[in-house]
Amino acid sequence: MMAVNREPLLQVSNLKRYYGGSSSWLRAGRTIKAVEDVSFFVRPGETFGVVGESGCGKTTTGRMIVGLDRPTAGSINFAGEELTTLSAEEWRIRRRKMQMIFQNPLSALDPRMTIRRQIREPLDLHDIGIPNERDAKVEELLDAVSLQPAMADRYPHQISGGQAQRAVIARALGLDPDLVVCDEPVSALDLSVQARVTALLQDLQERRGMAYVFISHDLRIVKKLSHRVAVMYLGQIVEVGDTDDVYRQPLHPYTRALIAAIPDMAPNHRSKRTTLQGDPPSPAAPPSGCHFHTRCHMARESCAREAPVLREIGGAHQVRCHFAEEFAS
Amino acid sequence: MTEQNPILSVEGLCVGFRTAAGFADTVHDVSFSIGHRKTLCIVGESGSGKSVTCQAILGLLAGNGAQTGGRILFEGHDLGAMSETELEAIRGRGIGMVFQDPLGSLNPVHTVGRLLDEALLLHTQLNRSDRHVRSIELLRLVRIPDPEQRLKAYVHQFSGGMAQRVMIAIALACRPQLLIADEPTTALDVTIQAQILELLNHLKSELGMSLLFITHDLGVVAEMADDVVVMRHGRVVEAGPLTQVFNTPASDYTKSLLDAVARLDTPSPAYRWRDVS
Ligand SMILES: Nc1ncnc2c1ncn2[C@@H]1O[C@H](COP(=O)(O)OP(=O)(O)OP(=O)(O)O)[C@@H](O)[C@H]1O
Ligand SMILES: Nc1ncnc2c1ncn2[C@@H]1O[C@H](COP(=O)(O)OP(=O)(O)OP(=O)(O)O)[C@@H](O)[C@H]1O
Ligand code: SF4
Ligand SMILES: [Mg+2]
Ligand SMILES: [Mg+2]
Repeated sequence: MMAVNREPLLQVSNLKRYYGGSSSWLRAGRTIKAVEDVSFFVRPGETFGVVGESGCGKTTTGRMIVGLDRPTAGSINFAGEELTTLSAEEWRIRRRKMQMIFQNPLSALDPRMTIRRQIREPLDLHDIGIPNERDAKVEELLDAVSLQPAMADRYPHQISGGQAQRAVIARALGLDPDLVVCDEPVSALDLSVQARVTALLQDLQERRGMAYVFISHDLRIVKKLSHRVAVMYLGQIVEVGDTDDVYRQPLHPYTRALIAAIPDMAPNHRSKRTTLQGDPPSPAAPPSGCHFHTRCHMARESCAREAPVLREIGGAHQVRCHFAEEFAS
Repeated sequence: MTEQNPILSVEGLCVGFRTAAGFADTVHDVSFSIGHRKTLCIVGESGSGKSVTCQAILGLLAGNGAQTGGRILFEGHDLGAMSETELEAIRGRGIGMVFQDPLGSLNPVHTVGRLLDEALLLHTQLNRSDRHVRSIELLRLVRIPDPEQRLKAYVHQFSGGMAQRVMIAIALACRPQLLIADEPTTALDVTIQAQILELLNHLKSELGMSLLFITHDLGVVAEMADDVVVMRHGRVVEAGPLTQVFNTPASDYTKSLLDAVARLDTPSPAYRWRDVS
């Protein structure tokens, strides 16, 4: 096993991203608070899982980390360097070390380039490896994500959704990054290909110490891969801790609802899943006090007034709820 | 799985593509049928021909592709024998489609409100203000917060899962008799996913809608399917009622899929950084 390094590779602090303002589709004076005060760190060789409701700000957070979107406020420290103050040019140089596997693979691929060229070009651009070995490297990458060689000469619209997703993974991993933001990286893959791709990610982590921010709606995959996991709701982290702890004893009512809704695989007892009631609130007008109070079955009067802070409940387990102790036994 | 009067039957479908490396036979002899008010789920390997089969049903194969055999019957009518105008009428009101790639299939230069309005204009008799009301209602049905405001936004201003739900709303705007949904819930968390599945099941009973559902998520299959088709390498390797396919799978591939479900009771990787000093 590699040497254990405790210095965080990535430290995100009080990150915010607001969209809107006067020129937007929103009513005057309203902004979408896509990400509101998010802080976390990731160590080399660690997988940090991120889960949460659709629209809660996961992709926005990931895009800011890799420099595709500028934070409204907050800091992003990567390998000891503050990134938010860098110029665009300085960014470009560092980008190689931080890659993103995009949620919408087809939009992330250039429609006019063959798959081979999309994977090869970044290698040339960043001068990775010896030029006449790069073709072999491309073949190796395709094989690693189980894409047949015949796919290499196709254009993005000539391959399947899952094949496009794997092309994006091959392109990101080819640059030998230190950190990969994986945004729903295996959502379009069947379980057998999924298992091969996740084994590849784990293998690279073991051998190279690659770190992952792993965003997914698949709570089973997150459980299998992540050392720690954060749960987001409406732009905020509401719970974070070691994966086993969070799954075994979820302390935030939203996390409890999520875990209770993991589908069963048994077709015989098609039980009604307990699902979260109520509508997802608008990030343009988040509920007062605790953002979750409009849907929380535990909510009391004070919840609509006082915003809970993310606080430690035993060791490394942090929760944003006034009454988290009631679930901790 | 042979229905008396299926809404859709696919018989011996074959599809091929011209590629740089020559003609590639992609879908071989695929057959299945879907009964009224029934849900058929297709699962299978990535690249096995699930999306191509849907494209063939809708007559929307890419320019380099062609149906090389078989026929497709919708309510007993051969779609292959229809003119483009007749097909156009069936797409939308007869067969609604939710594509796998929402961003690529929704027009980026129009607001979501305009996209919904166009679908309603084309396939309903509603007047302008009723269409507006209906559009808001549809976004609300698929759990988009603040629907009045969101009508004015463009798809790229939505999250991945919200764009996916907009696609579903547009397909439902036409109240189709058959909804083909290609991986419609990949970007949805479990609670919103459960609500969308519930919505589809509700429409199934209320409107008498039938569903052709493509998914990698076996939990979704367990929840939705009446019948299941398993595809691999462009062929059907197994087909039958849900309980039969899940409880007594006949093909090794189906067994391997069921075995590959990540178990929740195995421990996560240990956090090895805390103990070192
Ligand atoms: N360019 C933009 N302009 C305006 N609003 C935006 C923009 N990009 C994202 N948003 C909004 O920010 C919020 C968070 O979006 P984000 O894509 O980060 O969500 P997500 O957690 O990744 O969701 P999903 O799981 O559905 O992909 C959403 O309400 C979205 O509409
Ligand atoms: N326009 C095209 N030209 C050539 N080959 C194509 C074209 N479209 C699809 N293919 C190929 O046909 C096969 C089946 O593709 P299809 O999109 O149906 O797969 P799928 O089962 O939907 O997979 P996924 O689960 O990854 O979405 C794939 O190998 C794909 O590369
Ligand atoms: S603070 Fe109150 S509303 Fe918020 S999660 Fe806790 S109990 Fe629910
Ligand atoms: Mg997203
Ligand atoms: Mg597909």
